[in-house]
Amino acid sequence: MGKDMLLLTLIALPLIGAAINGILGKRLPKILVGSLATIMVFISFLLGVTLFSGINGTTIVHLFQVAKFDDFTLDANFQLDSLSIWMTLIITGIGSLIHLFSMGYMSHDEGYHKFFTYLNLFIFSMLLLVLGSNYFVLFFGWEGVGICSYLLIGFHYNDAEKGIANSLAARKAFIMNRIGDAGLLFALFMMLNKFHTLEFVEIGKMITASPELYTGIAGCITLCLFLAATGKSAQIPLFTWLPDAMAGPTPVSALIHAATMVTAGIYLTVRSNFLFELAPTTKDIILVIGIATTVVAAFIAMRQNDIKKVLAYSTVSQLGLMFVALGMGAYTVALFHVTTHAFFKALLFLGSGSVIHAMSDEQDIRKMGGLSKLTPITHITFLIGTLAITGFPFLSGFYSKDEILAHAWMSSPIVYGILMVAVTMTAIYMFRLYFLVFHGSFRGGEKLKSHVHESGLSMTIPLMVLAVLSVFGGILNLPGIFFHNAGHWMSTFLESTTYGLNQIKPEHMDGSQSIILMCIASAVALTVLAWAYITYVKNQAIAKEDADMNVWEKLSSNKLYIDEIYQTVFVQPILWLSTTLAKQFETRVLNNGIFRLTSAIEASGNYTRKWQSGFLASYLFWMVMGIIGFISYYIIKSTFWN
Amino acid sequence: MEQLNNIGASLDFYIFVSIALFSIGAIGVLTRKNMIVLLMCIELMLNAVNLLLVTFSTFFGNGEAQIFVFFIIVVAAAEATIGLSILIMAYRNSKSIDIEMFNKLNG
Amino acid sequence: MSLQMISVILGSLTIASALMVILSKHPIRSVIYLVITFFFISAMYILMNAQFLAIVNMIVYAGAIMVLFLFVLMLLNLNKEMEPETTRMSLFSAIIAGGTLFLVMITALRDTFQYGKGYSAVKVPEAGLVENLGNLLFSKYLVPFEISSILFIAAMVGAVLLAKREKQVID
Repeated sequence: MGKDMLLLTLIALPLIGAAINGILGKRLPKILVGSLATIMVFISFLLGVTLFSGINGTTIVHLFQVAKFDDFTLDANFQLDSLSIWMTLIITGIGSLIHLFSMGYMSHDEGYHKFFTYLNLFIFSMLLLVLGSNYFVLFFGWEGVGICSYLLIGFHYNDAEKGIANSLAARKAFIMNRIGDAGLLFALFMMLNKFHTLEFVEIGKMITASPELYTGIAGCITLCLFLAATGKSAQIPLFTWLPDAMAGPTPVSALIHAATMVTAGIYLTVRSNFLFELAPTTKDIILVIGIATTVVAAFIAMRQNDIKKVLAYSTVSQLGLMFVALGMGAYTVALFHVTTHAFFKALLFLGSGSVIHAMSDEQDIRKMGGLSKLTPITHITFLIGTLAITGFPFLSGFYSKDEILAHAWMSSPIVYGILMVAVTMTAIYMFRLYFLVFHGSFRGGEKLKSHVHESGLSMTIPLMVLAVLSVFGGILNLPGIFFHNAGHWMSTFLESTTYGLNQIKPEHMDGSQSIILMCIASAVALTVLAWAYITYVKNQAIAKEDADMNVWEKLSSNKLYIDEIYQTVFVQPILWLSTTLAKQFETRVLNNGIFRLTSAIEASGNYTRKWQSGFLASYLFWMVMGIIGFISYYIIKSTFWN
Repeated sequence: MEQLNNIGASLDFYIFVSIALFSIGAIGVLTRKNMIVLLMCIELMLNAVNLLLVTFSTFFGNGEAQIFVFFIIVVAAAEATIGLSILIMAYRNSKSIDIEMFNKLNG
Repeated sequence: MSLQMISVILGSLTIASALMVILSKHPIRSVIYLVITFFFISAMYILMNAQFLAIVNMIVYAGAIMVLFLFVLMLLNLNKEMEPETTRMSLFSAIIAGGTLFLVMITALRDTFQYGKGYSAVKVPEAGLVENLGNLLFSKYLVPFEISSILFIAAMVGAVLLAKREKQVID
């Protein structure tokens, strides 16, 4: 099989899986449904590895032409280069692990086949998104992952207690994403207008040829693209959907809302790097928004009591960190953090899923505690994930965060300082979460305690694999001070064939400064670890109830009241307008007008139908009159106009 | 022999007769309510047209118009047959030949 | 008596008998007047040297079709009481309409009258002779001629089917 066929098969397999499960899934046994979906994604992963090992240069595969217009065409093309294959590996690799996890996690669920159909469909859409060679295919994937996300957040829409809340969360995510999608559409239209093509490479070449022509439009396009990215990647101001999206089943949170879909915005920015390089203002905006998001989300995460909400805000915070990197032009660094974040955040989410599964769907950390002995594997892997995200020395998160911090230091010490605050807060809330869940005494009551059990193999294997990746993932992009020759392997790989990235030469700082920064980061992580251990284990502090909180804690616990502000500023006026229109405009104008119109039509019909008397003579009379009229017309015409 | 070459009155007289016959047929269709008389009036109108065709055919020395008259007679015969059988059926069902009895298609 | 006179008298008689068709109350009389009208028309055909059509008109129209009408009238056994009444209103409007039609058509053909003045004395046209018509009919118009036989078969079958005494319900 040639490269083209391999690529197309890779994309098609999840779609086939989704089709089979969607059509026949209800009648197939559960084990078959789950393993089919898992195997499809796993084969895709293997194909991705094959393509990855043989990659040289950029390959574009033409599938078919979608539409042809006067001055441009829309094609279903796929592009194989280092960036797309790297994203493919993350998506299918982590995707197959999460599929495997879901087989155990969802085993008691009625909508088992539905769940796997959606998951496979999501993988397919995501592959479209990252493998498309133009913004048109990307947009298809973009919308596809949006709809899958919507379906999966509201997966338990008919749940007795939380059904309504789940549906509302799904709706919120959908609407928030629509706002971003509007930005993407505008960007697409502007690009079509300016470049008459949507192909990444062609646009890139045009810009490289004469950058001065496009500086103005690049600003507008990149702003719209960034709006799209804020929607999908949950940045300020469109980030409130992501914590609510935790209403979906936990594997979904891990796959879609932590590891893959939310990084689509980062992928989009990296893919359009040639445009962003022309728009320094947009990059500054990205930098500011990234910093704001990472700090705000980290602050909120500190006093959340839902295990998944903490992780959700942590995700938002980490995404903000990636956008900071993008804003500084360090595209490969952002992707490196995407990769390591995918490892440890998927691990943390799956770990929390395992905890929730063990706790019989209890998510409140105030009811947990002391789970380290009851669920040992989950405990160890979760610990590894926590250490990785907090930047504990020599784990994957340490390297990727350190790269971002190093770039921040180079750009401005102020940025570095703010990021350090965010990193410290990250360490605080993660250790708080870890100690509250796994240490101390069990607070959920004896009845619940008797049910707590370690999860089955299908759930623990993905945890272990991801734990290993979280530990060693940093090797992918070791900084130069450790291996002078093999340093920055991933950056070099991505820069090798991705269009635009090879034009930008990121500077690397010298060794001594780098070591100092690493030491500071490690010191922070270790200090917080020690502090958290003393607070939560030695002093047995537990999460406070709302009444005992001081102002700051209340702010954090209530998510800075952002939801309430949005509710007051945007939702209420629109609701008021809608109800007013519904009551006044619809009843008075629309209904009345339509009733008038119908009665007028009825009256005219009643009148004219009498003309149809049914008497032959009258018809003939009018026919004769018509003949007379025609002949008279021609007589008059020929007499007076000739 | 000169007289034999004459075909009678001039062209305008034949046209006048033809139009008069046609108008009389039309008035008959409009006034009479007996379905049989209605059919007869239609035949009268057809004959008016035939007369006009033959007149022009003669005056221009072209025989093709007379072929058309021939076909009109053919169609008229078929039409009269069908019309009369429909009439018989209608009479059987309603015991009347008044055209105003059949106004089921009124609005 | 000149042919001119003969044709004028014939024309007047034709119009008169046609008027009688629509004026007579009894349908039988209408049929008889119609037959007479057709005979006059045939006579005019002969005047115009259209011999073949004159004969066909007499045989098919005055003979077959009118006999068919008479036959139907007798079959239905209509009498004077069953003759529907014509209202004054419809009579009035019909005369207006028919008269206007007549005038308008005369107006439309007024140029032809101008053209036809003094066109009466042409050489004897031979187009209407049986030989010439036969040549045309069996060469150029052979296919329509054959198709007309199919029309007749269809009409015959239709007539038989329609008039068959069977349980036919039409509400």
